[in-house]
Amino acid sequence: MEMVNVTINGISVAVPKGSTVLDAAKQIGIDIPTLCYLKEINEIGACRICLVEVQELRGATLGPKRMVTSCVYPVTEGMVVTTNSPAITASRKMNLELLLSNHNKECLSCVRSTTCELQRLCQEYGVNENRFKGAVTESGLDLSSPAIVRDGSKCILCRRCVAACRNMQGIGVIGANNRGFDTVIGTAMDGTQASTSCINCGQCIVACPTGALTERDDTDKVFEALGDPTKKVYICIAPSVRAQIGECFGYEPGTDVEGKMVAAVRRLGFDGVFDMNVTADLTIVEEANELLGRLNNNGVLPMITSCSPGWIKYCEHYFPEMTENLSTCKSPQQMFGALMKTYFAEKEGIDPEDIFFVSAIPCTAKKFEVGRPDQSAAGVPDVDVAITTRELGRMINRAGINFKALADERFDTPFSRGSGAGIIFGATGGVMEAALRYAAEVILDKKLESVEFPEVRGVEGVKLAAYKLGDLEVKVAVASGTKNAKELLERVKSGELDVQFIEIMGCPGGCVNGGGQPYQPASVRNSIDLRAVRAAVLYKADAATDLRKSQDNAEVMALYREFLGAPNSHKAHEILHTSYIKRGL
Amino acid sequence: MIEKISSVAALNAAREAHINDVAMRVGTNAAVGKIRKHILICGGTGCTSSGSTVLRTALEAELAAKGIADEIKIVTTGCFGLCALGPIVIVYPEGTFYSMVKVEDIAEIVESHLIGGTVVERLEYREKGNHTVTSLNDMTFYKKQQRVALHNCGVIDPENITEYIARDGYQALAKVLTSMTREDVVQCMLDSGLRGRGGAGFPTGLKWKFAMGSTGKKYVACNADEGDPGAFMDRSVLEGDPHALIEAMAIAGFAIGADEGYVYVRAEYPIAIQRLQIAIDQAKEAGLLGENILGTGFNFNMSLRFGAGAFVCGEETALMTSIEGNRGEPRPRPPFPAVKGLFGKPTVLNNVETYANIPQIILKGPQWFSSMGTEKSKGTKVFALGGKITNTGLVEVPMGTTLREVIEEIGGGIPNGKKFKAAQTGGPSGGCIPAHLIDTPIDYDNLIAIGSMMGSGGLIVMDEDNCMVDIARFFLEFTVDESCGKCTPCRIGTRRLLEILDKIIAGNGEMEDLDRLEELSNYIKSASLCGLGQTAPNPVLSTLRYFRDEYVAHIVDKKCPAGVCKKLTNYTIVKDQCIGCGVCAKQCPVGAISRTDYVAPGKKLAAMEIDPAKCVKCGACVASCRFKAIVKG
Amino acid sequence: MKKKPTTVAFRGTKEQEEKLLAVIEKHKDEMGKMMPILQEAQEIYGYLPIEVQKIIARETGVSLEEIYGIISFYAQFKLNPDGEVAIAVCLGTACYVKGAGELIEAIEQELSITSGSTSADGKFSLEATRCIGACGLAPVLTVNGEVYGRLTKKDIPGILAKYKA
Repeated sequence: MEMVNVTINGISVAVPKGSTVLDAAKQIGIDIPTLCYLKEINEIGACRICLVEVQELRGATLGPKRMVTSCVYPVTEGMVVTTNSPAITASRKMNLELLLSNHNKECLSCVRSTTCELQRLCQEYGVNENRFKGAVTESGLDLSSPAIVRDGSKCILCRRCVAACRNMQGIGVIGANNRGFDTVIGTAMDGTQASTSCINCGQCIVACPTGALTERDDTDKVFEALGDPTKKVYICIAPSVRAQIGECFGYEPGTDVEGKMVAAVRRLGFDGVFDMNVTADLTIVEEANELLGRLNNNGVLPMITSCSPGWIKYCEHYFPEMTENLSTCKSPQQMFGALMKTYFAEKEGIDPEDIFFVSAIPCTAKKFEVGRPDQSAAGVPDVDVAITTRELGRMINRAGINFKALADERFDTPFSRGSGAGIIFGATGGVMEAALRYAAEVILDKKLESVEFPEVRGVEGVKLAAYKLGDLEVKVAVASGTKNAKELLERVKSGELDVQFIEIMGCPGGCVNGGGQPYQPASVRNSIDLRAVRAAVLYKADAATDLRKSQDNAEVMALYREFLGAPNSHKAHEILHTSYIKRGL
Repeated sequence: MIEKISSVAALNAAREAHINDVAMRVGTNAAVGKIRKHILICGGTGCTSSGSTVLRTALEAELAAKGIADEIKIVTTGCFGLCALGPIVIVYPEGTFYSMVKVEDIAEIVESHLIGGTVVERLEYREKGNHTVTSLNDMTFYKKQQRVALHNCGVIDPENITEYIARDGYQALAKVLTSMTREDVVQCMLDSGLRGRGGAGFPTGLKWKFAMGSTGKKYVACNADEGDPGAFMDRSVLEGDPHALIEAMAIAGFAIGADEGYVYVRAEYPIAIQRLQIAIDQAKEAGLLGENILGTGFNFNMSLRFGAGAFVCGEETALMTSIEGNRGEPRPRPPFPAVKGLFGKPTVLNNVETYANIPQIILKGPQWFSSMGTEKSKGTKVFALGGKITNTGLVEVPMGTTLREVIEEIGGGIPNGKKFKAAQTGGPSGGCIPAHLIDTPIDYDNLIAIGSMMGSGGLIVMDEDNCMVDIARFFLEFTVDESCGKCTPCRIGTRRLLEILDKIIAGNGEMEDLDRLEELSNYIKSASLCGLGQTAPNPVLSTLRYFRDEYVAHIVDKKCPAGVCKKLTNYTIVKDQCIGCGVCAKQCPVGAISRTDYVAPGKKLAAMEIDPAKCVKCGACVASCRFKAIVKG
Repeated sequence: MKKKPTTVAFRGTKEQEEKLLAVIEKHKDEMGKMMPILQEAQEIYGYLPIEVQKIIARETGVSLEEIYGIISFYAQFKLNPDGEVAIAVCLGTACYVKGAGELIEAIEQELSITSGSTSADGKFSLEATRCIGACGLAPVLTVNGEVYGRLTKKDIPGILAKYKA
């Protein structure tokens, strides 16, 4: 690799040619602040906070000092960089002062207080809030969406959300409107978020450095139910939550805190704390049987997974002609709710009306999913409230629970333990692998020697694999992120690609990188691949368990035995399956 | 029907065939057939606005009526430059210069001049001192000018390719295609010292050299999105000599290895667009655009893209983003357009005036060009003279001409006996040059040194009635409106600057505001993403530098010395001078003027007075008072 | 510069839509197609209401928001139809220093509308434009494209009277 020699703050360093000044500085432990920059997603040099002074060689001598945007400016041989002169500090301070002059400074109660990247910089630079008081940009507060709240008054126009929505997800329901001081991030004709084809994936939220984009906070509804003596309040927790909620309490990304999480949630006062992995296993049994049915009966193929509500809405808007390809299985969350208000209510002798069922998930789209039609097995909504990992973290903090000090506890029965196959649902390729573990045994009619399918693992946007199972060749595809999904589906539609089973997750990397996951600042996002680090937790837990296949989950088998009958039975269909809407654009 | 020109020999033959079509206008009189006079009507936007199109219709009708339609050739040309006096009509071979011609005058011109041979004196242009000028070369307005970029403007019919060819058109393209290498062409540009006429003054040859070094598909682009308020240099070239642009872009295409060109032109320039489109169509028909040009194997095609009213699209990366079909927001450089430009391909982008120089540089040689101008600024520069100046219009002078020569001689000075106060160059990116620097020779570096810049060539003259704080505010308001909103310093910073100026103009300024203006201005200059933001504070900084006393007067004395800022201007009646006629009270739209009990010595009626609480400071009273009894200040 | 959505009901015809579809078809495979499509769409309809934006989004596959982002960026694109009598006052430098601001005030008073809007009956619209290049005639305004130059505010009632009938 060709190297370039540069001097940064007096320290010499050789970095690969083509590196940016920001990367070069990072190599020697110098952090340059950024706001708009998200590596490979948003490289637009717009916020100007990362300006540094450089001098470049002109012939044999150094040229004049110039301010350049370190996030996108490439290093050149012999370059001399200063990242923190008084002039630079003054420049950054002025930049922040200007941002604050056009900012809704209700920082004390802002949900992003302490995780806000702007707040942190203002504090570091000791910014005067009031020197440039003046007009503020006319912008709105959009509460129309069940999942996403957009507050223009806190927006700093870094456009990370736009890049996430348009470039990364290929959707583009939000973007910059108007120009100059009137520029706002908004929807077409400045309409409501709910009126768009937004899929509620929440990638805009995790990209946002401030409180301009947040999930709709439903924690008050949960606290209210918890305080209501007439309600039995239960919660189930999705596979990915345990891998990430630690980040809300200062753990490094990639720390599994399942035991403490269960203990903390129990202390919030729930009547039962359950593991959504169980219905992940149930989903596998239902979905794999649905696939086998379609394969055997000339059903619509390829069949596509349906656990990601962001993906479902995407399919309904952008590929309405392919909704028949979607598995009719409800998502694990909705299956769980449906069982709680049928099987569990019956078993415990509780009126389903008196059950308040909460799911904790890494996903904002689940907030939309709970309100979908055909998701009320007992005549009442299967799930009452879906809260994100972040909201669950906030509830634990608000309740004064010292998370780190808790001893590990276990989930409650009858939904206390999922298989490794259920655990890996949270990573892209996980559902596929879990399904393969099931389908392979059914088709081959013998125990698998190895349960791992490494071809479908990893963070690539689109993965293809083919497996020879006896006489049958099963061709599968996995995509995560809707832009990748679109690319994959176009290939399928054109006939270029022939597959029978497709797993699609709305968020790049799957649920571990969901829109409801804990905030990580750009400095972290730019230096580690959160998708891979978080997924590793799930694969590690899977490898460590002796229960690795959904079909071996005793609690799931008990469900069929006691209540559902056989997979894909009439009863299973009534309770565990759903239907879709051809929304179009 | 345009004949196909598929070789250099054919081009030369076309030139010979048509050279006499234009001879009468360029002093090498040679009558063609029965035609004994050419009558030129300016068809630039200025003169079209003042009615030159109907003149032509009337003239055609009159000539036909008198039966001399075949003796007189009517030519609609591009801009003559002296827009203030439009519509302008010139009669050749004598070169009689008629100004402000009306339809009603046509019959007389035909009868007296074209038939009778007697010039219509009352329509002839008169210079100061009532001296009648009989021909162009006689006029002070033209004498000091040197027309290179404009050399065909006002001479040829821009809608007729043969007139361009008759004036050596496409000879430069023929020369590069048949006798020069790409490297030769670039070297020629480097040697000429030509720098970009669009604003920043980057050496054109260097730009071409960078792009030449890149490989693969490339583009040539032209910035014709002239957006500076008060600037219309590029428009005049497009309207008056569109083929020069086409020829130059083809030359650039040859030099860098591009076969496709885009012209990004303001949609607000309908005449320019129409003529350029006609020119492109004619060049295609003649085979001077398209495949295998002049039989040399060189291919070059051109298309137009229209700007949609965003000043920032004059910035090169924003312009390309706009052509690509997006919001016209600039992007960071590097990568520079020469490496990664339009549609991600290496691109050379120059502005219209830059291109207009190129065919002549090729034909006459780089030394010819570099012999004009100053050490680091070669050639000529076109300026759009506007504001408080007698000869509003378009002038082209060698670099190094002083502001005084442009304003006092060519421009005819300040009208109404007012005093020159400042000249603003470079539009919203430039600065205000005070009277004591009027002898500064104009070139890129001198203008930067005194806090302004060349910009695209707007030159707005201001007199004692202009308030410099108000002027700074005007330009800043423009930039605030035109900021794309992408980067923080420009989006929020310029708005805050404007708010501080508003505060000062409203009489609420404090002295600390001046420091704040300076600090913020310097920040915006150093931190903005593109040239728009980086130069936006110049009007503020330059007025602060040269007219600080006016700011101080607004802040400390709460007065606007020029009487422009309404909140800081008061109108009072000097009672001893008032004869009490009451005309002012009748003119006052808000009834703020009433009669007092005071009768001034020697006057018969009681004096009037203005109620400052009611006064809206419209100035109607001052204009109505014949006794100069009302003062503002 | 913030554009206001129109309150005037959309009256697009089948014929206009056919023209628009032809325009989109013509530019479909061009690089940088969106600007010419929007410009020609505006020529067809006179403005770019949401109904037109939706057709363009549907036919080009570009997101509706992206299209609106472009429309709201450029001054040329209109969300409101012009009045039958469209008045534009040049606010270029030359016109400004010669009193174009007063012309706008006079028109606003005379017609009871504000710059950038259309009168309630759809008859008059007023806008301030950037330099139209007629600096020699400053200050100037145009009414339905016809240029009036060397004006003072006293000329305004007379000019407007011609169009009021």
